[in-house]
Amino acid sequence: MEPTALVALLRELVPSAEIEPVPTVDRHMTIYAASGQLSSLVQVLHDHADLDFRFLAELTATDYWPREPRFELVYVLVSLSQRLRLRLKVRLAGSDAHVATVCGIWPAANWLEREVWDLFGIAFDGHPDPRRLLMPEDWDGYPLRKDYPVQIRKTPEAAEPLQLTAEEFRANVARDRLTREH
Amino acid sequence: MPDVRTETMTVNMGPQHPSTHGVLRLVLELDGETVLSSAPTIGFLHTGIEKTAEQKKWQQVIPLVERMDYLSAQSNSMAFCLSVETLLGLDLPQRVRDIRVLIAELQRINSHLVWLGTHGMEVGAVSVMLYCFRERELLLNINEMLAGFRLFPSYMRVGGLREDLPRGFHDAVRAFLDRMPSKLDEYEDLLTKNEIYIERTRNVGRISKGDAVAYGLVGPIARAAGVDYDVRKYFPYLGYETYDFAVPTRTDGDVYSRYLVRVAEMRESLKICRQALDRIAPMGPFAVSDPRITPPPKDKVYTEMEALIQHFLIYSQGFTVPAGEAYVPVEGPRGEQGFYIVSDGTNRPWRVKSRAPSLLACQALSKMIVGGLIADVIAVIGSIDVVMGDVDR
Amino acid sequence: MGLEAEIPVLTTTVEKMVQWARRSSIWPVTFGLACCAIEMMAMSCSRYDIARFGAEVFRGSPRQSDLMIVAGRLSRKMAPALRRIYDQMPEPKWVISMGACASIGGVFDNYALVQGVDQIVPVDVFVPGCPPRPESLIYGIVQLQRKIDRQKLA
Repeated sequence: MEPTALVALLRELVPSAEIEPVPTVDRHMTIYAASGQLSSLVQVLHDHADLDFRFLAELTATDYWPREPRFELVYVLVSLSQRLRLRLKVRLAGSDAHVATVCGIWPAANWLEREVWDLFGIAFDGHPDPRRLLMPEDWDGYPLRKDYPVQIRKTPEAAEPLQLTAEEFRANVARDRLTREH
Repeated sequence: MPDVRTETMTVNMGPQHPSTHGVLRLVLELDGETVLSSAPTIGFLHTGIEKTAEQKKWQQVIPLVERMDYLSAQSNSMAFCLSVETLLGLDLPQRVRDIRVLIAELQRINSHLVWLGTHGMEVGAVSVMLYCFRERELLLNINEMLAGFRLFPSYMRVGGLREDLPRGFHDAVRAFLDRMPSKLDEYEDLLTKNEIYIERTRNVGRISKGDAVAYGLVGPIARAAGVDYDVRKYFPYLGYETYDFAVPTRTDGDVYSRYLVRVAEMRESLKICRQALDRIAPMGPFAVSDPRITPPPKDKVYTEMEALIQHFLIYSQGFTVPAGEAYVPVEGPRGEQGFYIVSDGTNRPWRVKSRAPSLLACQALSKMIVGGLIADVIAVIGSIDVVMGDVDR
Repeated sequence: MGLEAEIPVLTTTVEKMVQWARRSSIWPVTFGLACCAIEMMAMSCSRYDIARFGAEVFRGSPRQSDLMIVAGRLSRKMAPALRRIYDQMPEPKWVISMGACASIGGVFDNYALVQGVDQIVPVDVFVPGCPPRPESLIYGIVQLQRKIDRQKLA
């Protein structure tokens, strides 16, 4: 399928998505879409028989600070039956960086969206498990943003925080003693 | 008689474990020996390579990305170079393409040998490890011949290769290619029809074809489940369409099928290597002759002014890449990998994102081990061939 | 050591016996983190056989080992686990920091890595390289053996 045919088909099926094709140098067809209509667009891309983009290869983001809109979310989709590759990009503003999740359509997106949240701070509405993936759970800041420094001088923590208080531990031991026979 | 207390036990297969292939933490909920649920935690090897790469010049990123997936180092650097060369619009000489194909396939055999060795050792066949690493030493000798370094030669550069092939390269590779098929037969003798191995791996860690596509699995895992996606056949690069090779696939999706697929892949790689080796002339062009990118030969640098200036510019400020983005998918030993590169027109990358096949394999791990025994967890982790450097970057 | 003529007896000091016993069978705990672990595995295989030096048994549990070879880059998230494994090893214990990343942070001077494992555990031998050749690591272990020879008991 040629890029123009793809864009025409998508504009016909999801007219409010504001599809904008851009020229590329590699073998991916690249389009921009509006962030509000992402769910319906992605559903069409996955289900439509001529498109059949069932394979999510990549889900990542780029930070263009200080340009606004700041973030660009990039989805790389592959259609194995039609031998097509599509790069779908969504622009997000820095102050309001959130978009709907695609976990329901591609389960592969679960960890990929967690990674984008962890490193960029882009929130995914409806994500089943919005935790950090790569950085420690209690880390402050989003490392891959352009205003985060590369090198930080911080002493490494060599001790994990205690997960139970002393009273809780004693209560657990006492309760075990009571329920054990003999 | 006291009532039998039945409750599930939570066990931590912590980041330091002899069988987790690096630093992966699995919190398993067990009922006896059966796994009810698992929660993998990754990030213990997160190195911030992508952030560091934004501070380096284009050529300097290559040693960094080699250390990402450290078992398929030259595949990584080749994928990066391909993406940058696409943005630059370079046309590589045919000889460079053939050498890259040869090195990529040798790297595939290298990675699969490490996989086979460690997987065999974990399942119990300890001697397989010693045999595989013995063959691997021959491949590391070839790496050393190319660029002086066993694991990370940094031989691939943007624009081609670092320098021409050394003398004796053809003989060394041919000796390896002649020796390898009989050694593969030896490994297959030990494992393929071994009843204990079949008991431990058949019907273990199954994943269905639909799940493999939905979870974004690629490479031998997907091909063992019936998805015949191989980037070399679907979206060929570097002239792979001119080579004669097959892509082995199976339908069961269990650990045993993955083993069979990988061993068959090693044999196919040997075929490709032989074809590539016959096409490569012992001496010839090893990079594009673009003066902004390829450094001039040293004897000219010492005698001609222009070559000196060219050398200085390349090594002090590097070359600039036109603004844009590119992603060239490449079939690494673990499946589709590649680098999504964004350039803003300067001599440093704006964004380097590595598509990590091991990350999605790690995510699908929970699906594969639920319902099995703890011993099966070890076999499954070995079979999906995760490299934590790739998962965490 | 003295060898009495005609009587088949060897005399030595207790210290020398203990040092010889300790250095001839240093058992490492598997702490391979990243790429250096591959070279560590290559070192324990047949070409650069570490079994000649008594260290071929890589114990899975830290409670049964003497040596921790920190092979690879240590991220901030992993640092507490490293300290815990070190604390679980019984005395006498030694640490070899293998590779550039473990010694000094390596090529990765950024937010995610601990710039040198000696900020967390005391290190006896630093082995440079990225990754060090198996021969370098064997040399590091031999240097550790010489260090153990010099250690006094009292």
